[in-house]
Amino acid sequence: MKVTMTVNGKERSAETEGRTLLSEYLREGLRLTGTHVGCDTSQCGACLVHVDGQPAKACTVLAQDCEGAEVTTIEGMANADGSLSRIQQAFQDHHGLQCGFCTPGMVMAAAALLKDNPQPTEADVRHYLEGNICRCTGYHNIVKSVLAASGQSVEPVAAE
Amino acid sequence: MPKDTGIGASSKRREDVRFLTGKGRYTDDINVAGQAHVVFLRSDMAHGRINSIDTADAAAMPGVIRVFTGADFEGVGTIPCGWQVTDRHGEPMQEPPHPILAQGKVRHVGDPYAAVVAETAAQARDAAEAIVADIEELTPVIDMKAALADGAPKVHDDLKNNLCYDWGFVEENKAAVDEAFQNAAHVTTLELVNNRLVANPMEPRVAVGDYAAHDDSSTLYTTSQNPHVIRLLMGAFVLGIPEHKLRVVAPDVGGGFGTKIFHYAEEAFCTFAAKAIQRPVKWTSTRGEAFMSDAHGRDHVSKIELALDADHNFTALRTETYANMGAYLSTFAPSIPTWLHGTLMAGNYKTPLVYVNVKAVFTNTVPVDAYRGAGRPEATFQLERVVDKAARELGVDPVELRRKNFITEFPYQTPVAVEYDTGDYNATMDKLLELIDRDGFEARRKESEARGKLRGLGLNCYIEACGIAPSQLVGQLGARAGLYESATVRVNATGGLVVMTGSHSHGQGHETSFAQVVSDMIGIPEDQVEIVHGDTANTPMGMGTYGSRSLAVGGSAIVKATDKIIAKAKKIAAHLMEASPDDVELKDGAFTVAGTDKSVAWGDVTLAAYVPHNYPLEDIEPGLEETAFYDPNNFTYPSGAYACEVEVDPETGKVDVISFAAADDFGNVVNPMIVEGQVHGGVAQGIGQALLENCAYDENGQLLSASYMDYAMPRAHDVPMIKVDHSCQTPCTHNPLGVKGCGEAGAIGSPPSVVNAVIDALQSAGHDVTHIDMPLTPPRVWAAMNGANATGGGGTAHGRSVGAGDTATH
Repeated sequence: MKVTMTVNGKERSAETEGRTLLSEYLREGLRLTGTHVGCDTSQCGACLVHVDGQPAKACTVLAQDCEGAEVTTIEGMANADGSLSRIQQAFQDHHGLQCGFCTPGMVMAAAALLKDNPQPTEADVRHYLEGNICRCTGYHNIVKSVLAASGQSVEPVAAE
Repeated sequence: MPKDTGIGASSKRREDVRFLTGKGRYTDDINVAGQAHVVFLRSDMAHGRINSIDTADAAAMPGVIRVFTGADFEGVGTIPCGWQVTDRHGEPMQEPPHPILAQGKVRHVGDPYAAVVAETAAQARDAAEAIVADIEELTPVIDMKAALADGAPKVHDDLKNNLCYDWGFVEENKAAVDEAFQNAAHVTTLELVNNRLVANPMEPRVAVGDYAAHDDSSTLYTTSQNPHVIRLLMGAFVLGIPEHKLRVVAPDVGGGFGTKIFHYAEEAFCTFAAKAIQRPVKWTSTRGEAFMSDAHGRDHVSKIELALDADHNFTALRTETYANMGAYLSTFAPSIPTWLHGTLMAGNYKTPLVYVNVKAVFTNTVPVDAYRGAGRPEATFQLERVVDKAARELGVDPVELRRKNFITEFPYQTPVAVEYDTGDYNATMDKLLELIDRDGFEARRKESEARGKLRGLGLNCYIEACGIAPSQLVGQLGARAGLYESATVRVNATGGLVVMTGSHSHGQGHETSFAQVVSDMIGIPEDQVEIVHGDTANTPMGMGTYGSRSLAVGGSAIVKATDKIIAKAKKIAAHLMEASPDDVELKDGAFTVAGTDKSVAWGDVTLAAYVPHNYPLEDIEPGLEETAFYDPNNFTYPSGAYACEVEVDPETGKVDVISFAAADDFGNVVNPMIVEGQVHGGVAQGIGQALLENCAYDENGQLLSASYMDYAMPRAHDVPMIKVDHSCQTPCTHNPLGVKGCGEAGAIGSPPSVVNAVIDALQSAGHDVTHIDMPLTPPRVWAAMNGANATGGGGTAHGRSVGAGDTATH
């Protein structure tokens, strides 16, 4: 069955089976490979996207349930001119990523958090990111990146 | 004032832009036209005899192209082991074959015995369920000590028993060590386990095999830390493909931590099957498969004894370790509990006599191999726990006991073969104490107690051997490979250049830090330097990234190649300026002649090299491209001191890490931002090992922790902000950058701090608890406090690092 949704502002379609997951639809159907699959059990958050403005783990959403939905993926997060958005730039400035595999989910989670809570505390950030696993950074610089993206001052990147 | 470019600058990572915008190119993002998909059927029992496998129904399913079993691989090589350990009696280790698909027996849960190749992954999955296998269940061996008992079931019927090797180091010291223990004023003994872990890079493994009939060549895209090593192992030992007909590509790789070093059966399968069916074949691991097929880490059961004289000098150290090899020997498995573990047992201390015994054991579990630190965390954990216990038994300050025994003169020849080139262990300890405000601890403890919590402070030192490795030395120790690194620097006509490195980046930021080195040496902007890695077709033969080696070994190769470039460029510049090459200097991207105002720009020289109209063709060739291979003449020895404060909830046994501080000596530092990030990540993994992570098997060899719902990964709220310092720098004396490596330190140095802190917290409340086995989960800590089980796991009486019903979950 052909499923159509608005992805990153554009209407997109791809063929699906009933069992096709949103992550498969995005990665294989639309070749939007920025959404990553790290665990298949909704635990790691590498596949986090926004569906109708809400964060959703694309590995546990059926594509056919998203017919007509508005979906935003990491590919839709940069500024219109292609430059890094405020959140993306904060991750680069504060070394909030290493291997980059969890990063799309982290950025999508950070965007969802800051929409609801524009001035989170460190504890708020750590609590909110409970569903996103990073194996590289020890979260230290991810937390700083999110706080910096919210406009709060954080320590400089090195020699703290 | 921090530098803003070149060596020492916290340059922002260039690779981040693609990762932050979804443009990274990981292996699973690669799809080759016409590709088919493979799904492996894996054993659900730990040990069984394969009587028959009926694939007829599966082969007839929609979309199925071909079903493979072990029978399809007769005459094909087996997955090789890259390191041979010689035992105490001079005999080589027992080395069983590791077939691509199981033949005769299945030997661990997850052992693949059939594979379905179909048009889609879903069709292959469906068809795999239609395979009917008659596998007769055999009694498994899970416990290492039981596996060595007379009459124990054998993992490999053709071996004498389940003992891979019984290794003694240094065997000649054994009698003297035993004598020192008889003469000791005090002996501290500790039995402990180093819990089995799963590396868990966030990107599961993927392999895509492709075969080109027109030139009989194969290409493998794979999630590897070392594509050249995979090409060599798979080409020469498994499939018989000459290296000039085999290309291995490891593009963006989403974390490795050791587990992506090794050559895996799935890589060989996809390469083999692509030729067999004349179509590309892709495999993408699920996380569940990753848990039962990625090589695991640690899993040691040890007894350590420390002898002291009346003045508290360490006089001897003796250890006995059972090291789990799992069901087959993974690529570097035999070297981990031996040469990467025994050689570090002197630690930071001048203990004159050390004897290490290691029994490596086959069990019906997933193969065990290197995981971040690999042998060195196991050594550090034993040593730093026993020193802490000795300090408590003797009633002395654990810092002062360490200081009293510190090695203070360098170079220092240890009694366990390695020679430390530099270090200053008092300096890192001083720095640590400055970071943690030790004097204020009692006030913080009282504050915690007022809230009903027990507070503890734990600290430890560590040393590691990195920059792996001097090839001749490791060859003598049994390595079947050289461990040099390579670099080609190709300067383009207009002055930009490409560095092709045998190192591989899977999160370490080489594209940024390597460019900083070359930019600094020549004096051109960093963006004029491109770093290429991860493809055997366009990089020189190199050994890849592990053992904190990339900058120390790979970076040194880049420096050597760049030195050659500069030397040749100076000759060209001398010709252009009509001067002697000896008088030419290169600074800030311009060549000058000392004592004159003559100058020629870098770009003019590079252009002359490729447009040699005015050029000394009689003396030098055109072009500007050089290759260097660097083989280190010693390991590097990063060291440091770590500390941790915890709060323990006496009602539940839950441990919270309140603060963590790391004072490291990495020698010179190229990019402080990246170095600190490496420490943060390593410390989080060490905290994970100490408090959360546990790869658990039950008595029947069922893997109980095969998803993130059962294997507790550290999450953001499990880890505090981490104080890091790398200002104590004793540069490495034998590589050109003076660097030591920073990738594994955090994971090596942190577990003992956490455990020492928890013991400190419990003792502060009068609990006579001297040890709890990792992970220090609430049930274990609570049981220890309540006298229900002295060490929580009870693993050392048995030969198991983890037991059933013992997993920590969130």
